[in-house]
Amino acid sequence: MHMADALLSPAVGTTFWAGALATIAYCSKKLKETMDERMVPLMGVLGAFIFAAQMINFTIPATGSSGHLGGGMILAVILGPYAAFIVMASVLTVQALFFADGGLLALGCNIWNLGIYPCFIAYPLIYKLLVSSGSTPGRITIASLISGVVGLQLGAFSVVIETLLSGRSELPFGTFVLLMQPVHLGIGIVEGFVTAGVINFIRSARPEILESTFSACPLSAGVSLKKVLIGLLIVALLTGGALSWFASANPDGLEWSIEKTFGKPELPEQDQGIAHALKKIQEITAFLPDYSFRKTEGKIESTEPEKKEAAWPKVEAGTSLSGVVGSTIVISMVLLIGFSVKAMRKKPKPE
Amino acid sequence: MFDTEFFNLGYLDRLSYQDTLIHRIDPRIKLFSAASFIVAVISFPKYSISGLFPFFLFPILFIALGDIPVRLILKKVLVVSPFALFVGIFNPLFDSRPALEVPGFTVSCGWVSFASIMLKFTLAISTALLLIATTSFPGICFALQKLRIPKAFVAQLLFLYRYIIVLMEETMKIIRARDMRSFGKRGNEMKHFVPLISVLFIRTVDRAERVYHAMLARGFNGKIYSARSYALTMADMLFIFTSIGLILLFRVVNLSKLIGRWTTG
Repeated sequence: MHMADALLSPAVGTTFWAGALATIAYCSKKLKETMDERMVPLMGVLGAFIFAAQMINFTIPATGSSGHLGGGMILAVILGPYAAFIVMASVLTVQALFFADGGLLALGCNIWNLGIYPCFIAYPLIYKLLVSSGSTPGRITIASLISGVVGLQLGAFSVVIETLLSGRSELPFGTFVLLMQPVHLGIGIVEGFVTAGVINFIRSARPEILESTFSACPLSAGVSLKKVLIGLLIVALLTGGALSWFASANPDGLEWSIEKTFGKPELPEQDQGIAHALKKIQEITAFLPDYSFRKTEGKIESTEPEKKEAAWPKVEAGTSLSGVVGSTIVISMVLLIGFSVKAMRKKPKPE
Repeated sequence: MFDTEFFNLGYLDRLSYQDTLIHRIDPRIKLFSAASFIVAVISFPKYSISGLFPFFLFPILFIALGDIPVRLILKKVLVVSPFALFVGIFNPLFDSRPALEVPGFTVSCGWVSFASIMLKFTLAISTALLLIATTSFPGICFALQKLRIPKAFVAQLLFLYRYIIVLMEETMKIIRARDMRSFGKRGNEMKHFVPLISVLFIRTVDRAERVYHAMLARGFNGKIYSARSYALTMADMLFIFTSIGLILLFRVVNLSKLIGRWTTG
């Protein structure tokens, strides 16, 4: 699923753009050091291949619905993670520009969701560890399946997180996750099977394509710290996100001991002084108060809930009379400008 | 389906090479204004509607000045709307607090935020399409390069662009062959798809090898050069100042409400 501009907030969008650009810069640097010249046309042409292959629909067995290839995993196996990421990013850029797939702000998120997880998580942490040049086709299939599923689950989960952090959608976390993850589980399995099929086919038809990559991308001595950190981060996210549902509702040790002393699980609040000021700041900045998503109300909640409907929830709906009249006038003016410009251009240029 | 997408790709690409006022503006300027436009639109709060309307001036002017067919843009916006629609439509379900009471029915806040999402979607997506429609893809690559995007990535974009047409033609042959032998139903399965794209993949790798040798024969030494040079003109400066000025104005002042209040006293 490609993320959409309209569901993003500028903060989330630009943050993911920064991450995507940083990764592009990092991969470019890595490629400059290690890349063989002949990779340049290969990457370009493989990008075009992924682009074209994504347009071929096929029916998925047992469901009857149609799907199409993602391609990140195949690229990672053939080109290595750095080149594969660059290729995926380029394909997504062309899709964003020519097909408006998602939008320009969401492109950063999409590059992250569809590039980072297959190339830097699924491939090095799963596929590479399971498969070596002597592996059986069965082993390759299993490795591809697990990589495909993990890569897509992480990608889908990212979309949920991005949407939630942006606050434009009302979908609660639980519902959204239940909608996205199972669907992408199926997609991940299909992607895994297709990836395995292609790799096994190439292995039997043109094994030298694969062999050159096994030797060209040696695993660095020891495991890189960066990858371990990323892996731990992912595990933390998954644990925090999904497993927290199963977390115990009983008070933790500190709250239990405070309860025993004060009779309540938390210390009594201060009304003045620096603790009060800090608490006020925290109330505004914390977007996960008490570890759950704050119900966004559009504007800061009124402190007097008995106020009239008009003051709360202070929705700038523009549906009050002046808003409606003004909007109509604006749209008419804009259209008028458009039409007159078009008319003026037609006159001096006889066609 | 593949045929229409292929055609659309070529059509949009051809449009980007036209020569109009808008097309002549420097790609860097257009990229910057498009990015600022999108960020400004997206930054509107959840429930804004009327404030977004003045922003339609930009896509409409681009369409008018750039000779872009409106129906193409509208169709493409429609085609990619499902995800935003699918997520946005939950807003009315989960947010049913009343926003406005009109005799007969109440409009809930959820519908307001949903409308806001769809308006933002239309503005952002049409801007992305109009950017490529009025600036050729190599032009955008030039702008990216000037923005210090790594050369390896820009080179990749340019290569990809060149070979998309080549590969789409090859893929179209394969799809036609499949369709003719499958009577529409059988033959579309995954187990036929895999050898199909595997063969396409191998052909692609071989083609890349031939391309590489052709490049070597023509003196390729690893560096990509661009031939066309761009210089900023007065028209470009005028464009960027006006557009940024208007974007800021529209973002900060709700023109719809202002004009509305002024006309209704």
